[in-house]
Amino acid sequence: MPSLLEARTPTDQGELMEVNLGPQHPSTHGVFRMIATLDGETIVKLKPVVGYLHRNHEQIGESSTYIASFPFTDRLDYFCAMSNNLGLALAIEKLGAIPVSERGDYLRIIMVELTRLVNHTAVTGFLISDMGAFGTPLLYAFREREKILDLFEACSGSRMMCNYIRPGGVREDVPPEWLDRARKIVADYPAFLDEFEALLTDNEIIQQRTRQVGVLPKALAVSASITGPMLRASGVNYDIRKVDGYSLYPKLPFKVPLGIVGDVYDRYYVRILEMRESLKILGQALKDIPAGPHISPKGAALVKAPRTFRPPKGEAYGRIESPKGELGFYLVSDGTPQPYRYHVRAPSFINLTILEDMCLGQKIADAIIILGSIDIVMGEVDR
Amino acid sequence: MALVGSGVLVGMGVVFKTFLETYPWGRVLLRMVGIQSANGITTIEYPDVKQQHAERFRYFPFLVYDQTPENLRCVACKICEQECPPACIHIVGPAKDAQGRPMKANGRTFPVEFDIDTSICMSCRICVDVCPFDAIEMDNDYELSSTERLHGMVHDKQRLLKPAEYFRKIKPSEASVVDARLDAKKAKAAAPPAAPPAPAA
Repeated sequence: MPSLLEARTPTDQGELMEVNLGPQHPSTHGVFRMIATLDGETIVKLKPVVGYLHRNHEQIGESSTYIASFPFTDRLDYFCAMSNNLGLALAIEKLGAIPVSERGDYLRIIMVELTRLVNHTAVTGFLISDMGAFGTPLLYAFREREKILDLFEACSGSRMMCNYIRPGGVREDVPPEWLDRARKIVADYPAFLDEFEALLTDNEIIQQRTRQVGVLPKALAVSASITGPMLRASGVNYDIRKVDGYSLYPKLPFKVPLGIVGDVYDRYYVRILEMRESLKILGQALKDIPAGPHISPKGAALVKAPRTFRPPKGEAYGRIESPKGELGFYLVSDGTPQPYRYHVRAPSFINLTILEDMCLGQKIADAIIILGSIDIVMGEVDR
Repeated sequence: MALVGSGVLVGMGVVFKTFLETYPWGRVLLRMVGIQSANGITTIEYPDVKQQHAERFRYFPFLVYDQTPENLRCVACKICEQECPPACIHIVGPAKDAQGRPMKANGRTFPVEFDIDTSICMSCRICVDVCPFDAIEMDNDYELSSTERLHGMVHDKQRLLKPAEYFRKIKPSEASVVDARLDAKKAKAAAPPAAPPAPAA
């Protein structure tokens, strides 16, 4: 019987070690598991394991009415409930040919761009927290995020599970003085971003940690169908707000910030720049918003009586540029009040597939920040 | 290239300013050197101090009654039970007498049982949206935890019933819209059927 020491067969490079990160690990952003094979500190193989938070979202969507899926979409990417609502609303509008009221359209843009601020602020805080700066930047980010969540609570009744956007507009009009509050928060936000950047952007420790780490080349990003800030950080100019021009985006002024290298630093900085562009959109939308009904009559009827909505047979795909990437809802109708097929194209899940390619050859401590820079939410990965 | 370490020092400055903002003397100090400062305290000590919620804040539904608990607005039509996405509403009714005819209280049918499970409800407000009688509304009381699974977390009809005055108190602007709608409905029901419009000459 060989001794345990002999059985370990050391090579001249030392031996490989398997480290299991997660599913209960504070830096894996939920119940995500990585099985990393290490040579010393260098990653030679990394196997992501997902599925711990699967809760049958698509099947539930197929057995409930179109409207009843909205509260469940809140729980996909629970940082961006409003954008998830908009994605499904666009798909249903295409399917049932529902017109959108003008004020409703403006309110939706305002909500979705506020959501982008919430998401990018929070994810930047998490990323810095993953790097080891516990507390401070994350809590600064959450302090600002809370102000926008208060706005969401005032208009929709809930901070995170908003369930607010509906086909044809929004569920109820914003309360009086809400727009003034939103204008004030939007006006104050650049000051916070300046402060946040003073804290982080030129920080030498952050630069050392993030530059040339987890580089995602342009060609690989495109062939792996990466979307969102991650793709743009690699220098590919692809933003669905510009490409599709859905909703009111063609009317609103904004640029698409692009990265150069595609490393973790670029991903961080693209998000900061995107927030500044979102503030431009918000400023314009809050200035232009017209009076009028918050929802079109057809949409209002749908909210009041979900079971009377029987879209014609056919299929529709509604997609938006959610803060994490392309969020698409694919619906197939068979003429009944419930969809025949309901599928979600979740950006977190597809962006996560590239994790191993980015981590190979990097150190184990970098795998955590590479994961943090992808910006995943397990609610959306596993559905 | 700036001095190495200056980025860290600037960041430390931001942290120090935020530190000072959390103390009254710190804010005075910042004002003395000419830096604008807001109150840096953004948290509250929860069980002692409660957060001020927005009027629309929703947590859990309740049943509205006018004047007396027998006079509830719910007619047991079961639309909310059918449309509730996580299916947390359970209704038995409408109440029937021995002969199987629907019983009426104040001219309306009523549910025998009306249970909502707090552990399943996800506070989505769809029941309020679909109710044709404005009988169910969202409460903003969020302290519903209980140590007992069955009778503590499943709220029965008695526990769900709350007067319309309570609704007017917690959500004044929403209640005024609902009251206006109900008054219009009542006026329409009380008025004699309108004569058919005269054919255009």
